[in-house]
Amino acid sequence: MITLRINGQPYTVDAPEDMPLLWVLRDLLGLSGTKYACGIGRCGACAVHVDGKMAHSCTLPVGSVGKRAITTIEAIGATPNGAKVQQAWIDGEVAQCGYCQPGQIMSATALLNRTPHPSDADIDEAMNGHICRCGTYVRIRQAIKNAAKT
Amino acid sequence: MSSQARSKFAESDDYIRDLMQQARGLPACGAPLSPQRRALLKLAGAGLVLGFYLPHRAGADAETPQAAGKASKSPVINAFVRIAPDNTVTVYSKAPEIGQGIKTALGLIVAEELDADWKRTVVEQAPIDAKVYGYQGAGGSTTIPRAWDQLRLAGAAAKAMLIAAAAKEWKVNPAEITAEDSRLSHAASQRSATYGSLAEAAAQMPVPDLATLKLKTRGEYRLLERRHRGVDDPRIVRGQPLFGTDVRLPGMAYATFTKCPASGGKVKSANLDEIRKLPGVIDAFVIEGTGKPTEVMPGVAIIAKNTWAAFEAKDALKVAWDESAASKDSSSQFSARAREHAKTFPANFDSNVGDVDKAFANVSNHAGKIVEAWYEYPFVAHASMEPQNTTAWWHDGIMEMWVPTQQPDRGKTLVAGTLGLPEEQVVVHQTRVGGGFGRRLLNDYMCEAAVIARQVKGPVLLQWTREDDFVHDFFRPAGYHQLKGAVDKDGRLDAWQEHFVTFTADGRQPASGSGYSSTLAYACIAPNLRRALTLMELKTPVGPWRAPGSCAQFFAQQCFMHELALAAGRDHVEFLIDAVNRDVPELAPKNPQINFSPARATSVIKLCAEKAGWGKKLPKSRGLGLAWCYAHAGHVAQAVELSVDADKRITIHRVVVAADIGLVVDVAGAESQAQGACVDALSVAMAQQIQLENGRVRQRNYNAYPILRLPVAPSVIEAYFVDSGFPPTGMGEPALPAMAPAVANAIFAATGERLRAMPFNQFGYTLAGQASAL
Repeated sequence: MITLRINGQPYTVDAPEDMPLLWVLRDLLGLSGTKYACGIGRCGACAVHVDGKMAHSCTLPVGSVGKRAITTIEAIGATPNGAKVQQAWIDGEVAQCGYCQPGQIMSATALLNRTPHPSDADIDEAMNGHICRCGTYVRIRQAIKNAAKT
Repeated sequence: MSSQARSKFAESDDYIRDLMQQARGLPACGAPLSPQRRALLKLAGAGLVLGFYLPHRAGADAETPQAAGKASKSPVINAFVRIAPDNTVTVYSKAPEIGQGIKTALGLIVAEELDADWKRTVVEQAPIDAKVYGYQGAGGSTTIPRAWDQLRLAGAAAKAMLIAAAAKEWKVNPAEITAEDSRLSHAASQRSATYGSLAEAAAQMPVPDLATLKLKTRGEYRLLERRHRGVDDPRIVRGQPLFGTDVRLPGMAYATFTKCPASGGKVKSANLDEIRKLPGVIDAFVIEGTGKPTEVMPGVAIIAKNTWAAFEAKDALKVAWDESAASKDSSSQFSARAREHAKTFPANFDSNVGDVDKAFANVSNHAGKIVEAWYEYPFVAHASMEPQNTTAWWHDGIMEMWVPTQQPDRGKTLVAGTLGLPEEQVVVHQTRVGGGFGRRLLNDYMCEAAVIARQVKGPVLLQWTREDDFVHDFFRPAGYHQLKGAVDKDGRLDAWQEHFVTFTADGRQPASGSGYSSTLAYACIAPNLRRALTLMELKTPVGPWRAPGSCAQFFAQQCFMHELALAAGRDHVEFLIDAVNRDVPELAPKNPQINFSPARATSVIKLCAEKAGWGKKLPKSRGLGLAWCYAHAGHVAQAVELSVDADKRITIHRVVVAADIGLVVDVAGAESQAQGACVDALSVAMAQQIQLENGRVRQRNYNAYPILRLPVAPSVIEAYFVDSGFPPTGMGEPALPAMAPAVANAIFAATGERLRAMPFNQFGYTLAGQASAL
């Protein structure tokens, strides 16, 4: 049995230590907002926060999480920057298919948490781990800037 | 060839061809919008369906079971509209949402005619029932033009029933009642009521004769032709369950399916006993399949308690494959063979206008110029973000399924056929789709899930891995074009000869998506024109990829047009406008469904050139390139301004899109599609290719298949829409084909190097970070 702290709640799950956090969230806990897309940490669809920092949950063994606090897309809106980013995404009509956007939002929020007024270079660096197959990048960049202004 | 001799692979390809043909079907959209009722009814034409009841369990048809609320009991006005007492209007969107923004657009069309308060309108996915809704697929950028009349009539009919109910209650003339924001008013008696308060009575009113309905004119629109937010965006940004892969049902299992890495291989044996003993594994078994890639190919299913256990077991699975009939395709050999074929122009022409030989001879004798070039492009994958998946549950004699598909009605038929069930026993729920791009017109993964679910107790989610998704794609076919063109002494396009070397699945006709694009011809009006095809046998599945045919063929055509313009010493834009306005009656479209118009083409080219600052002086190493296309009923021109440094790193300063897609339903959505198509096309042009060796796909995940990322994506993509007064057509595809040639033409302008093959990284070009361009 593994004890986790996710979105401020304690959870106990029966999972092997090497099961990636992604599948614990999706299949064992029903938190399906965090997405599977590549399974090798190359596309960012599975991004979560571990102690406030972006992490790829698809390659993060659940046994290695320990007491660190996990935040997922389902709860990021309860943080001030998470709420700002989500609203900027809605106002900026960012999403197309929307599948990658939870991950993009997690990274954008982590960026604003450490850099409240990011430059274009900061945005490039923070968002480079993500793929949006629909190509919504113009609006993602703008939405991050708009969120930083609010 | 007799039908018995036709291979399963060829039959599978026939199915895709038919699917694409159906997806392309368009109502006539070449007549301008008319305020005249008579003209509208004529447009509505045959095949109009307007259901007046909602099929099964409406309200419980949210994308996923856990997102479904309680079935609403509010009155159903018709199959597209229900209105609750609290004045919430629910509009049902009949087509799959794949990222093209259709749920918002279809909702807006109904709400406009209904005069609904958009702020209190909810758009939900309609149940899948072709008898009620008609065609429910999403492909070919045809959803809006197909549904335009149907949805406007649905909205207008619902409004007429509300008005009839109010007129009866108020004892006034219905013609004196006005509607706005989900409220009816009668000025003379100063009465007013919400739709919600009238809905119960309205639902009892007789269904109006559709021919008596008065539809709004453009000047009366309050919602259309404006910017709107996506109706699902609040749920998307909060990670709520919307997608196929998000479906969760009590007691469900998770499955993987492993097929031969070379298409057509069969299972000889597998270590099933070992697999069944692995932790979390429930069962493992061989499926023989139907032998068609469009249905179920042979493979091994693993059923487990969670996805991770299924994936781990899949890694441990050892299958001995019988590859005697499997694909041995090699992409490098195709390219070499195509060059050999191109040495001889085939004796059988696909089309022949004027006298090409005479034109070439004349040019040599006079002051004209002849240009010859070889263009090629590789196979590419769809690589949508959500890997293929389906949840299927065999219970009570029903196969109930939740599917992220672009083609739910065809999928339902296919599953019924695969299982040998009557169609009524297959129930399909349409989920949101994490990227379509044409891949999900195919329903192979849906058929697999159905076959697996027949052998599993309880619901089961079949989840493909990313690697499965790459290996078992229906690729955008590679293509090879030997081109020869002539410009006359006046610098006009005089002759065009094209030898297209492409693929066949049956040895007789081009494989699906491999023939000449049907709309390509209109962008190339040469008085002397000859086209021929050579077909190479292919055993790897290919199929529709965003703007099938056009997505790659315009690269060859529009780059070669630029080459000809330069050879003629003419301005590229002038040359293009001259070429599209040539009067060659043999090349004019005969089919009234084709809305191609030289005037509309000219206007988008001119607008694009003007907005891009065509003709302005640019610094050294900076170039402006332009191209245009007619695709999926849209006329689109694109211009790209970029610079190239000494290390061949490209900085894209600006992309301009000028499009004529008729009336723009949702401006924000249409602009999104323009931007997305530019990024998609650039991504493909720069670095994407699928290589086949011995029938096997080499690129199996995103680490080997570089999809454009934010730092190198253009920061400025402007979209302009021409107000041409035509009815709306789709925007999912038309802005894709002209982007790659516009980039290549800009690279030529900047460097003098002509890129005649995609991807461009083979010539050493890469994209520089765009932050420097801001």
